[in-house]
Amino acid sequence: MSKLMGILFQLFQSLLVIAFAPLWLGWINQCRAWLLNAKGAGVFQPYRQLRKLFSKDAVLAENASPVFRTAPYVIFGSMWLAAAMVPIFVPDLPYAPAADVIALTGVFAVARVFLALAAMDVGTAFGGLGARREMFVGFLAEPALLMVFFAASLISQSTSLSTIVKTLAHPPFVFHPSLAFAAAAFLMVFLAENARLPVDNPRTHLELTMIHEAMVLEYSARHLALIEWASSIKLFTYTALGIALFFPYGIALTWKGLPIAFLALVLKFFLAGVFLAVFETLCAKMRLFRVPEFMGMAFLLAVLSMFTHVLLGS
Amino acid sequence: MDLAGFTAMLQTISKAPKAAYGVFEVSKLRPACSILQSAGGRLIALWGSDERESLDAPCPFALHLAFALGPTLGLVWIAIPLEAPEYPSIHDIFPAASRMQRAAFDLSGLSAINSPDARKWLRHGAWPQEAFPLQKRFSGSFPIEADDYPFVTVEGDGVSEIPVGPVHAGTIEPGHFRFSVVGEKVLRLEERLGYTHKGIEKRFESLGMMDGARLAGRISGDSTVAYAWAYAMAIERATGTTPPQRALWLRALWLERERAMNHLGDLGAIANDAGFAFGLAQFSRLKEDLLRENFAMSGHRYLMDAVVPGGVAGDPGDRLVHVVDEAQRFEAELDELKAIYDDHAGLQDRFRGAGRLSPSLAARLGVVGLAARASGKAMDLRADFPSSPYDQLDLKIATAAEGDVAARVAVRFAEIQESLRLWRIIAQRIPSGSVLEPIPPDPPPALGVGWVEGWRGEVLIALALGNHGALARVHAHDPSWQNWPALEHAVLDNIVPDFPLINKSFNLSYSGHDL
Repeated sequence: MSKLMGILFQLFQSLLVIAFAPLWLGWINQCRAWLLNAKGAGVFQPYRQLRKLFSKDAVLAENASPVFRTAPYVIFGSMWLAAAMVPIFVPDLPYAPAADVIALTGVFAVARVFLALAAMDVGTAFGGLGARREMFVGFLAEPALLMVFFAASLISQSTSLSTIVKTLAHPPFVFHPSLAFAAAAFLMVFLAENARLPVDNPRTHLELTMIHEAMVLEYSARHLALIEWASSIKLFTYTALGIALFFPYGIALTWKGLPIAFLALVLKFFLAGVFLAVFETLCAKMRLFRVPEFMGMAFLLAVLSMFTHVLLGS
Repeated sequence: MDLAGFTAMLQTISKAPKAAYGVFEVSKLRPACSILQSAGGRLIALWGSDERESLDAPCPFALHLAFALGPTLGLVWIAIPLEAPEYPSIHDIFPAASRMQRAAFDLSGLSAINSPDARKWLRHGAWPQEAFPLQKRFSGSFPIEADDYPFVTVEGDGVSEIPVGPVHAGTIEPGHFRFSVVGEKVLRLEERLGYTHKGIEKRFESLGMMDGARLAGRISGDSTVAYAWAYAMAIERATGTTPPQRALWLRALWLERERAMNHLGDLGAIANDAGFAFGLAQFSRLKEDLLRENFAMSGHRYLMDAVVPGGVAGDPGDRLVHVVDEAQRFEAELDELKAIYDDHAGLQDRFRGAGRLSPSLAARLGVVGLAARASGKAMDLRADFPSSPYDQLDLKIATAAEGDVAARVAVRFAEIQESLRLWRIIAQRIPSGSVLEPIPPDPPPALGVGWVEGWRGEVLIALALGNHGALARVHAHDPSWQNWPALEHAVLDNIVPDFPLINKSFNLSYSGHDL
């Protein structure tokens, strides 16, 4: 693998992710619409939404500080960085040495901190409310996420994502019982971190029940567009992460495997969207104070996964 | 004065359903209310009127009370003198009176003395404090000034306020909710309503009897049949008109369709507020089917202007036979959806115990309608004060004891099923004949009252006809007046994100309340 090719491919991959993240969100929404007997707005709706927001004039609160204005760029940047860290086609890219799962958790945390700060910046009740809830969910979800990573890294003896992926993908289709628990825990963290049902309802218009939406109520135009785009990149990255950790089969270990890796990835995302839509359609949103139980369960499953690994050695 | 003495001062104005009327001195107000309260009576409505220009009026100003006592609807006029337009507050006897008293001052200028809460209620700066729109000499031109509205604040460590509305993130009616919270727990909720005050009662006074029916049907759009029927009933009482039997049966069918339509919509919306969009999709589909059939039968999806004084506007004729099949299909689908709701652990977890309104508190606050039935009180005008055809339909009142969101959902399911049963009976047993009896064009001055159990609760319309059938004063009362204060209590000790769900389970009217 030549260095130049690697750099070019790294660049190509990270552009691909930000370009296709809204499409995947559109696909989930479209599946959900079908499940609700609705026609749906089409898979390209998130792009139309972004175009609309980018062509509007931004409205800022009079007392908005620079934090409020810069936060969307920081959040978008962090998510982009996170997206570039996750191996989706090829594990060995120039970025791979930096692709450490603990660092990745940190990058997500940076975005979270800035979003919460921006939400509190203008001083509205809903911003504070949303930030408080986001932190409440976040401080429960992060340990669970780290535990999932540790469980996965026990198998490969490394916290480097590309090493984990290479170990799990080769030889293919080896069943690791410990990973079954970790996958369940990861799904729960995934739902909480991405403001999906049953933890948060991304489609609600009820300001009092919102978590993520409450934080971004004061944003408009390009700022809101960046935040929404960043959210879809986060959703994409988390899914890619889940795929990399638990279903890496098909990922290209050499350049020749690229076409298959690409097809496998499209298929996995397609199926993941269907799964997520079905799951969310069956769910009601849980009472806010059930979230600790939910996240506690995720943490427990992740710990169980580590125990299983120690006991069974696989 | 005791109960016998009190009732002796009332004269019967209508036999079925039984209504009585009486005029009292202002000094008799509190004793009369105490008697009523201890005899198990309840306050339905309170409003004021300016009688200085009416002929043969017993007083210059009148405070009106509508109450239910046993099987009687009572209408009491409290004579208020010109020089001192005030009366002793009855908020301690009937808590529901508090906001009505504030509204009566804002609109008619009658002030309640010794009331702990004398803040404005329906006035939002559209007219000054010294002007009273429902007085006959109200000029309508004045400098607009917005005066302050002091909210009650809760002091304490870690207490913060969340102001919500009147402009919301979704497309809903405007109302302001001021939460005092510790963390997520609600310590206090204060409502501020009146944002949709449109001056409906004043507008009535410039309309004739028949145009008034159209306005009455637009007081609260989701209860258009209930309002139009109450108004028609009041006009028919005042003019001595008896609508044909077929018209009454058709009115009952419209009213039951309105009830089923709203309950279907609410059941979907309640689930949606708990994040279960599937429920909204399914119930919206059923509701839409119902609306389309409404359109085919009456020419209006929401049955607006279907009920007119003297009868109903049109006869669906042969279309009525479809109602039986339609009811059967709805019943089957409803059973399926009810099973899904009942078995959905996540949904039930949200519903159970949320927004609990205990039966004793509901009784104390005078809660009415669906919310009262969900708090264990079996009250329903269709059974308790049945007018034709409900006296022949043998209505079963649906109740639940818990008073939480789950109870209000359960009562809605049961009421749709009962409504569907009534649809079928009505479609099968409706008498033939004409559907409209003309209202005499020039009736003498008279009083009329109409009282109908809408889907939300009892709707009351009281009116006074002046000369040549002009509407001298019309008062419309929505059940939301009693139930909005109950919502403030129901959310206490719940968490903030559960409020929309609790609010939706009551689904109270803004427009009907703000007038």
